[in-house]
Amino acid sequence: MSRLLPFFAFVLLAALLGFGIWWNSAHDPTAVPSPLINKPAPAFALPMLDQPTKTVSKESLLGKPYLVNVFASWCFACGEEHPVLMEESKGLGVPVIGYDYKDDPNDAKSWLAQHGNPYDMVIADTSGHTAIDFGVYGAPETFLIDAKGVIRYKRIGPLTSDVIAQQLKPAIEALQKEAP
Amino acid sequence: MTPELGQLALILALFLALAQSVLPLIGAWRGNRALMAVARPAATGQAVFVALAFAILVSAFLRFDFSVQYVADNSNLQLPWYYRIAAVWGAHEGSMLLWVLILNVWTVALTLFSRRLPDAFLARVLSVLGIISTGFLCFILFTSNPFARLLPMPPDGADLNPVLQDPGMTFHPPVLYMGYVGFSVAFAFSIAALLGGSMQQSWVRWARPWTNAAWGFLSCGIVAGSWWAYAELGWGGWWFWDPVENASFMPWLVGVALIHAQAVTEKRGSLRAWTILLSLFAFSLSLLGTFLVRSGILTSVHAFASDPRRGTFILCFLAVVVGGSLLLYALRAPKVAGGKAFALVSRESAILVGNLMFTVAAAMVMLGTLFPLLGDALNLGKISVGPPYFGLLFPLLMLPVVLLLPFGPYLRWGNSEAPMLKQVLVRAGIAAAACAVIAAFLVQGQLKAIAGVASAVWVGMGVVLYVLKRWRDMPRGRRYPAEMAGMLLAHFGVAIFLIGVLLSESLSVTRDVRLSPGQVATVGGYEFRFDGVTQATGPNWTAQQGVVTVTRNGAPVAVMHPQKRTYAHEQVQTTSAIDPGVTRDIYVALGEPMDPNHVEGAWALRLYTKPFVRWIWGGGLFMMLGGFVSAADRRFHVKREAEAAQTVTAVLQESQA
Repeated sequence: MSRLLPFFAFVLLAALLGFGIWWNSAHDPTAVPSPLINKPAPAFALPMLDQPTKTVSKESLLGKPYLVNVFASWCFACGEEHPVLMEESKGLGVPVIGYDYKDDPNDAKSWLAQHGNPYDMVIADTSGHTAIDFGVYGAPETFLIDAKGVIRYKRIGPLTSDVIAQQLKPAIEALQKEAP
Repeated sequence: MTPELGQLALILALFLALAQSVLPLIGAWRGNRALMAVARPAATGQAVFVALAFAILVSAFLRFDFSVQYVADNSNLQLPWYYRIAAVWGAHEGSMLLWVLILNVWTVALTLFSRRLPDAFLARVLSVLGIISTGFLCFILFTSNPFARLLPMPPDGADLNPVLQDPGMTFHPPVLYMGYVGFSVAFAFSIAALLGGSMQQSWVRWARPWTNAAWGFLSCGIVAGSWWAYAELGWGGWWFWDPVENASFMPWLVGVALIHAQAVTEKRGSLRAWTILLSLFAFSLSLLGTFLVRSGILTSVHAFASDPRRGTFILCFLAVVVGGSLLLYALRAPKVAGGKAFALVSRESAILVGNLMFTVAAAMVMLGTLFPLLGDALNLGKISVGPPYFGLLFPLLMLPVVLLLPFGPYLRWGNSEAPMLKQVLVRAGIAAAACAVIAAFLVQGQLKAIAGVASAVWVGMGVVLYVLKRWRDMPRGRRYPAEMAGMLLAHFGVAIFLIGVLLSESLSVTRDVRLSPGQVATVGGYEFRFDGVTQATGPNWTAQQGVVTVTRNGAPVAVMHPQKRTYAHEQVQTTSAIDPGVTRDIYVALGEPMDPNHVEGAWALRLYTKPFVRWIWGGGLFMMLGGFVSAADRRFHVKREAEAAQTVTAVLQESQA
């Protein structure tokens, strides 16, 4: 009987892999429903990457919509997303805030120095505690937060030109129409 | 030659592969020599046709035949010829063709160098290899045809991913595949042993040189991949625990375990079932790696186009080959725990501990790699474990291995006496402690660096002491048989690797600076002077090329030229400049200009000094050399004749009984 154990282990593994194929073809791997959509963003106060003594809080950003882009220097997919942000972040019409997630500030700084900085401001969540409140699954993720501090749109996984054109820009335009 | 001929060649190869899988197997079962004799010519013929198909694809790239979809997708008119050849395996279809070609290379090598194996055994081995080849040829023909036409023919092609346009990348995949696929030989040997029912341990002796050679290639391929990541990706790192890296690392870990288990089984007859199981695992993990990379179910830096049909095909193939072989194992594996008994303090025990650690490490890597899938399956949401998980668990698992390593050669089979071990413990321990104390002063108390020096001296001293002992005790010519020399080289490689990893991780200095031309920054005792940015052009790129002059206490060290290249189709790629050295690398990467409109002004630069980083790959190369040297041992080749005769009689006796 014990000689069948490797076989059974393999059957489990094969089932998992088969599930993976099914899951990937049945789901958009980036489409995860977020319970936070249309809920107020969690309160946060995080230091800026460049000036750790300065803190940015949710209150200080109220009043106009902004985009929060979760990234990290260790994250591969962020490297794929980065050129897209470099190209498109200025044309979005809202400030883009980089959210440096579970990262060594020095690594993040050099990553931005090397690949370019598409952000209007970068805040650093070195411990990743605030990210838990945001429900961050992993980097990269992007949140669109409106003038009242409510999360209106969320993207898990890298932004691509298509996603920006088809999802993000319409969401931003909708927000701008709401604004008085 | 037209691409259709390539496809035809693949179809013919598939028929030969089918013949090679079925007929010799029936022959071995029925004792029909004529059917068994089909194996060799079928294997050779198949190799010829696969090589022909490969050559046709190469020539399509060299002739810019953009009417072939694959060529148009992966090359263009500006791409230099050497990268056009490398582009053959730069994407999915071509790399699968390379996979099959290399499987054929191994098969042909086996037919050439195994003339002394018993006919029935060799027929079964070649048949198993034929089955594997059949699966992959079907995969290519039905889901990933590299010869598909693109009409109308575009005037120019797209580009090979610039990241892959690097010398390291040209030979990394072939060498890595040599290793991956090489484990198919050990796999086929153990399947043949299970099928034949002959529980002789002689098959292990025949399989050993093949396993060692495959493992040597795999080591070399991993080193090349790691070197490429370091030199090309520009992040200064050398290992990222990326799913695709892990896919090559799991068979390597199991390969280490297998090499040692084979030694035990061959010499002592113990662990027979375990050795068979490890042979199955090593190749199964190679197949799993192929699946993970090709199905695209895990995202990674090696993003290949994913296609559920391909994933499903490989999964079915995996189920047949791995599932079938494990079922066969359950039915036929040796039931009795045979072999000679061994005491607690013996070479067998030490190897068993090592085996356990390496197998658990491979399982740990597999769990970490598949974690995102598990998260989806158990509805836990998207979770992935990164370097923190691997970086904590892997060193913990390797610690017992490092501690045991110096004793390895001293331990005797069966039972070892303590005084000799105590002597090694004292000598290597004192040396390690002394070097650690000296190192503590030099590295200002960096614990990781001290641990690196201590562990490397501990392992290295064990090897050196044993080399000296053999030199004293044995007559000239019998001191270091190739098998032992290979073992000592590989173990010494571990010491070098430890230095490389632990010293470079703890002592590297990284600084990000903004420098205007003429300004100087000091990093790790070196002065870096930025001398501005000029334009440079290559065969298919233009670049902004920084000039950085490095001095140490005013004495010139190097002039470095980090680049930001723009390839055809506007793809941008940074190419770092590296000044290599035995005790340190200097590494400069060019960032962005502070003001995009004034590239003559200040730039962001990333400056590194990386002490001993080169020792990481040096250690890997020593391990590779160890694999090759021990594979070349005459013992594996000379005694075969006698051994084969012995097995034949044993098989006869068994069938009579």
